[in-house]
Amino acid sequence: MRPLSDVHITVNGLPVRVPEGTVVAAAVAAAGVAASRRSVRGEPRAALCGMGICFECRVTIDGRPHRLACQTPCRDGMVVVAR
Amino acid sequence: MAEGFDALIVGAGIVGAACAAELAAAGLCVGVLEPGAVGGGATAAGMGHIVAMDDSPAQLALTRYSQTLWGELAPSLGAATEYTRCGTLWVAADAAGMAAVRLRQERYRQAGIPGEVLDGPALQEAEPNLRPDLAGGLLVPEDGVLYAPRAAALLLQRAADAGARRIRGQAVGLRQGGAVLPDGSVLGAGVVVVAAGVQSAELLPELPLRGKKGHLAITDRHPGFIRHQLVEVGYLQSAHAAAGDSVAFNVQPRPTGQMLIGSSRQFDRPGTEVEPAMLARMLAAACAYLPGLAALSCIRSWTGMRAATPDDLPLIGPYPGRPGVWLATGHEGLGITTATGTARLLAAQILGRPPAIPAEPYLPARLLGGAAVV
Repeated sequence: MRPLSDVHITVNGLPVRVPEGTVVAAAVAAAGVAASRRSVRGEPRAALCGMGICFECRVTIDGRPHRLACQTPCRDGMVVVAR
Repeated sequence: MAEGFDALIVGAGIVGAACAAELAAAGLCVGVLEPGAVGGGATAAGMGHIVAMDDSPAQLALTRYSQTLWGELAPSLGAATEYTRCGTLWVAADAAGMAAVRLRQERYRQAGIPGEVLDGPALQEAEPNLRPDLAGGLLVPEDGVLYAPRAAALLLQRAADAGARRIRGQAVGLRQGGAVLPDGSVLGAGVVVVAAGVQSAELLPELPLRGKKGHLAITDRHPGFIRHQLVEVGYLQSAHAAAGDSVAFNVQPRPTGQMLIGSSRQFDRPGTEVEPAMLARMLAAACAYLPGLAALSCIRSWTGMRAATPDDLPLIGPYPGRPGVWLATGHEGLGITTATGTARLLAAQILGRPPAIPAEPYLPARLLGGAAVV
């Protein structure tokens, strides 16, 4: 088994280094960002189910809004915005 | 007998709620009978498009009158109605569509409704996410949108503030002097107003109503994707096709940034379940005009049943030959828009006051025969 290499992304502008295969939701948590998004009324939301069902973890990835952070593997250079 | 309410409204959709608010404000003792959620029927499956529609002179008169009333009423109901005057953009794909645009503009002009014809580049500037090869469109700035279930609830609250009482229950029959409940008891009322949409025919089987099922879908939030309610100018041909299933391009920007996507029409479908084939056709029509829509997530789809009449006009007024029974139903796809005008016309007739617009085109007697006893 080859060792996992690292992947570098940014979350809200902060550089984050994670092992390859890490999903964006984990990288967001590792970056210390508590909320992935806001509800219609402005309440913070974050990954809940972790399996692509609840849609609470949605973030903007490379300019595309409402991507499921828990279902998206991190790739080098990815720009993640979670607000 | 008529001990109890002056007026009992059967159905708390937006039409029933508007009638309750109007009659309660006039000082009547009003009851509203509804077994389910307020605005939970066709009201929840309407787009809430407050639109002047010109399928016929009577339709234009009622929609324009009602739209003016919404303009006065909605702000006073509060921000929760989400009333915004985003305008309608009737989109034309080709030269035939542009001819329809100019015809529509002329009919609006004669009715005193502003409308601006846009050529292809102007349309593209107004709505950059429309596909670029469209011929143009007609911008009708005074049209708007609101959130209909909320508006119904607020209208019912206004009725309650004026003394109206909501009764949770179902009418299973009508008789002079009231409505019959499932246990056989009679809820007494001087007049009963049947405003139960397509279900009105369960109480009054002779009503010439047919259910026209419609699908809706809503996307995630993408603020600014579109700015106006976008409707294909061929909508009337699609919407009122007498037979067969049809879809039309009709997409609305919600204040949340979501896109509410319509519309489909199917006659006499038994169930309210979402039909994937129909939904797919409807979404394909939407994506044909707004290609970028295909990349967005649709988060929910649902259906509702419009109450269609043979002449595409609602039934507003007394039921011929049945003293004390009144109708406010048959609004097809325009019940949200015309709820306000319906309530005014109905109240004027019940109270013996002159209506603001002629009431004759909407009288049930035109379709049910017999002399209307007003």
